[in-house]
Amino acid sequence: MGHSYEDSKKKVLKIIIILGIITIGEVIFALYGKGHLIEGASLPGYVVALVMIIMSIVKAYLIVYEFMHLKYEVPGLVKSILLPTLLLVWAIIAFFWEGSDWKKRRDLISDRNSQTINEDAKQEGYLKLERETYKF
Amino acid sequence: MADVAVHTHDEVTDDKIWEGGNRPFGASYGKLMMWYFLLSDAFTFAGFLIAYGALRISMPSWPVPDFVFSTFPGGFHHKPLYFVTVMTFVLLFSSFTMVRGVQEGQRENKKGVVFWMILTIIGGMGFLGCQAWEWNTLIRGENMTVTVNPFGTHVESGTYLEGDGHEIKAGDSFAAGDSYLIHKHGDDWAQLKYKVTDGPDAGKEKVQAFGPKAFGALFFFITGFHGFHVLSGIIFLIIILVNVISGLYVERKNGYEMVEKIGLYWHFVDLVWVFVFLVFYLI
Repeated sequence: MGHSYEDSKKKVLKIIIILGIITIGEVIFALYGKGHLIEGASLPGYVVALVMIIMSIVKAYLIVYEFMHLKYEVPGLVKSILLPTLLLVWAIIAFFWEGSDWKKRRDLISDRNSQTINEDAKQEGYLKLERETYKF
Repeated sequence: MADVAVHTHDEVTDDKIWEGGNRPFGASYGKLMMWYFLLSDAFTFAGFLIAYGALRISMPSWPVPDFVFSTFPGGFHHKPLYFVTVMTFVLLFSSFTMVRGVQEGQRENKKGVVFWMILTIIGGMGFLGCQAWEWNTLIRGENMTVTVNPFGTHVESGTYLEGDGHEIKAGDSFAAGDSYLIHKHGDDWAQLKYKVTDGPDAGKEKVQAFGPKAFGALFFFITGFHGFHVLSGIIFLIIILVNVISGLYVERKNGYEMVEKIGLYWHFVDLVWVFVFLVFYLI
């Protein structure tokens, strides 16, 4: 504790301004990265995504630690709230792994489907060729 | 109940540990339970958002957010992210007014609490109003529903054989990755015909396909669940505001702790929006 009312008032004002600046930064960076701001200038998707994720985590930190006052709670309380969220790291890895596997399967299925169509086309071409040869 | 710091070592004997009076982590029961409720709620939202991510990467194409969310009140189009930035700022500002209310409560300034809580409620309603406009545009203007997603992305380049009477004219060409919106005339979907110009299907005629079906359901359920949190937050804010005005918390002499608790909830709603904003609009 140990902060006066005036100090904490100033601090909160500072935090909200930082949050606003980060949000504007996010929007500008997202628009630039996807080529909406400058014609022809864009960044790879993963760079945009990574920067957006880092900026969002900074925002989350400011909201939880300053606005929700978690920074000023006893360490046990902080740990009991933050440590369980580490489980989400596993959840993200596992489900995204699974998601990319679904994609592989979808690609495989559409690949196989198109192969069947090509086979039919070949069959038709073969028959045509037969008739042509017969003429000669 | 006196503050935990008042207890001397002697007071907290083994006998008394199970008889109340102890405040684990130096926080009151209500505040502690609010934190753990929010933790569980965070897992619910994380589950939704991770499902969104898993489905998104499993699809060969996904609606491009800059194309889907590009309308702005007043008939403006092609304004990617503009409106949602306004929404984000409305919610961020209401989070700021909430902290100010909590601070005024801690120094027992009733007038201050009432003033900042009213601003917070207005902010929350403003956010819900924005969301209502956004949903209305998507549902009535663009015909997206929980099961139908008219926002598609081309996977090959080609040339349109017919126009939609809006922006696409017959003969317009497009590249892989370009977005389109399938319009509806009466009950009929106008899926435009086009001719493929590259890839294995070059020369073939195709019609615009609908976008991934899951998009509509994910969008309406996740933003809807968040909006429902905002709505319940507003209701609780109003109830607590009435209690503040009635002087209930002056009697309790605990620095308007109830305002602090609803404040925690309100910031959490803002926190969730940070991530909804990230996965739906920014990436």
